[in-house]
Amino acid sequence: MTMTSVTSAPTIPPPPPIEPEPARPRLSGRIRANRPYPGWFYLPAAIIYTILFLVPTVASFYFSLTRWTLFDVEFIGFQNFIQFFQEPMLVQGFTNTFVYAAITSGAKVVIGLALAVLLTSEIVGRGYLRAVVFFPVLVSTIGVGFTFKVLMDPFDGLINQTLAVFGIEGPGWLTDPSLALISVALVDIWKGVGLATLIFMAGIVAIPREYYEAAKVDGAGGWRNFWSITVPLVRPATNTVIILSLIGGLRSFDLIWAMTRGGPGFTSDVIASVIYKQYQAGFYGLSTAGNVILFLVVTAIILPLFIWLNRREVEL
Amino acid sequence: MSAKRRMPAIVLAGVTTLALGLSGCAAGGGTSDGEAVELSFFMGNVEANVATAEGLIAAFEAANPDITIDLDSSGPSGAEGDNLTKTKLATGEMADLFWYNSGSLFQALNPDQTLLNMADEPWVDSLNESYVQTVSTDNGVYGAPAGTATGGGVFYYIPDYEELGLSVPTTWEEFAANNEALKAAGKEAVIQSYADTWTSQIFVLADYFNVRAEDPDWAEKYTAGEVKYADDPVAMAGFQHLQDVHEAGFLNQDFASATFDDALRKVANGEGTHYPMLTFAISTIADLYPDTVDDIGFFALPGDGANGLTVWMPPAIYASANTEHPEEAKRFLEFVASVDGCDAMTDAVGVSGPYLVDGCTIPDDVPRAVADMLPYFEEGGETSPALEFLSPIKGPSLEQITVEVGSGIRSAADGAALYDEDVKKQAQQLGLPGW
Repeated sequence: MTMTSVTSAPTIPPPPPIEPEPARPRLSGRIRANRPYPGWFYLPAAIIYTILFLVPTVASFYFSLTRWTLFDVEFIGFQNFIQFFQEPMLVQGFTNTFVYAAITSGAKVVIGLALAVLLTSEIVGRGYLRAVVFFPVLVSTIGVGFTFKVLMDPFDGLINQTLAVFGIEGPGWLTDPSLALISVALVDIWKGVGLATLIFMAGIVAIPREYYEAAKVDGAGGWRNFWSITVPLVRPATNTVIILSLIGGLRSFDLIWAMTRGGPGFTSDVIASVIYKQYQAGFYGLSTAGNVILFLVVTAIILPLFIWLNRREVEL
Repeated sequence: MSAKRRMPAIVLAGVTTLALGLSGCAAGGGTSDGEAVELSFFMGNVEANVATAEGLIAAFEAANPDITIDLDSSGPSGAEGDNLTKTKLATGEMADLFWYNSGSLFQALNPDQTLLNMADEPWVDSLNESYVQTVSTDNGVYGAPAGTATGGGVFYYIPDYEELGLSVPTTWEEFAANNEALKAAGKEAVIQSYADTWTSQIFVLADYFNVRAEDPDWAEKYTAGEVKYADDPVAMAGFQHLQDVHEAGFLNQDFASATFDDALRKVANGEGTHYPMLTFAISTIADLYPDTVDDIGFFALPGDGANGLTVWMPPAIYASANTEHPEEAKRFLEFVASVDGCDAMTDAVGVSGPYLVDGCTIPDDVPRAVADMLPYFEEGGETSPALEFLSPIKGPSLEQITVEVGSGIRSAADGAALYDEDVKKQAQQLGLPGW
């Protein structure tokens, strides 16, 4: 969608159609006639949205200020938030979340763009390779997690056994406290890079060929083409990939849970897994407060980033 | 255009389906007069427990042809199972009967509102007094014991002990010396299986006999928030031991990735010598490694003073408060807590300790590890219930903390202090006074 701003850039925009602006009488009947549907058509969606999204959101803000069980509620003010920020695992959970989000979204941009350039060029078996790159996206995350957990077993796993053939002693991918989070992030990249590649491919295909032809006339090489044409003009796709993978990384849970359950100990815990454990332990108020914090943190990061990235896009 | 027009129809269909689903919830159940009554029974899929329940149900149905029991053993185990059980009880969706822990986990079920009170049933009097406390609140008694008591301690591979001329340790120093000798002989002295995090807690939890030997009122003070692990060197010894066995290099090489099943295989085949565990595991070993089960002995976790066994109470079978067949449910619980019930369980899975019902006996040919455990219960032996049966508070993060301490990620003192924080949250959630 945002692609149009780039692709239509060289064409001269047609003059805006001059609309006769008659003094519009503020008649409700008139306004209604302008709408494609009568108002009550929106009602079912509004009801569903209210019940399933608005009410729980508002309710969770209230319940985060209480200590509740399924039977009773006790209002305790901001104590849950104070407690949550005193959690020793939380600091680590926060750090891990940002590390994880940064690694996965960074790698998805770089690898995704490289693969997209490769897969939009004239290579043998392009269709097949495109399918192969995209395939991991279609597989269940939990399934991927369990599979890699087996592959990454430090002694019986295929990865370390393969390394052993070459005389390398593989590390404890998921059991070494300093490595566990990185290992999960690698699997996340493997699984998610297909989607990034797809978005980049759409962006690259949408770049008009004329630019490359003009550059060729001027004697530009492949490298110059990539940095001066592809990278700037594919920016809307880059922004989409960054935003999507950053949001995904910040609230990642399923893969981490399937592979390490936050372990060993708390070393690969992220905010979402800390919250889940609080809920599992029956600390409902505390985990609700955690969710409110997660919501605020994700909004506080993504919203400015989104605005900033979009502004850059317009400046182009 | 046609796609747009179809929209409301789809919404309508969705709403209708939802309405049908809701009305479906209201129906169902149904009573019967004079005909066979069917009770539902829910439990987690822990192999030995399911076999126990199946044995009980078969024997009960044979004796009570007018009642059939439909077992649903598809539930998850561990923390996910706790979650599901609480949710089912709170929403009134629980089966007529269900299997669940006794002690602190039972207290978190809000029993007075969700469970059927058995306090007036005559069979309650035949139960061991300290067991009754673990399935009771101030207002009622709720469960019948499903299985035998088990002990927390150390399984050991007897041929290794014979080979090196070692004797069963009664203090931590002797235990450490044995480990040193085993290590020098090139053996894996202590097996740990941190891939299944719950198995990492034994050094701390099974040490409670030693804590109680120093201070008999420790549990009461702990519930009141007056004593902490981090401030009490005796209580912290469990954490310290975890750190020590790791630092001394006694552990199996794959301690971080080994599972509970791996560990049982190792001790049964002599790949490692000591495995700290609860004796309930012996029924799995007997099942999988029948040839070597009598090579495995057992001793209580050694401490620094008196030597005795920390005992785990069996889980219980409970009846849901909103069952439509309370009389039949009570009859089943009565059977569970009877001599016939004990015999049915023995036939199904064997025993891993003594029963807690008057008149119940265990067979003479028990596995060696169980035989090693019985003297602690007899005259001259000493036992203490584990802390989770004396206090309603058990911090939910203990197993992650013990993995960290046991893998050298966190020091024992840090781990104990972190666990005190965890305990504080649990006490606040339970609404206990003094926190």
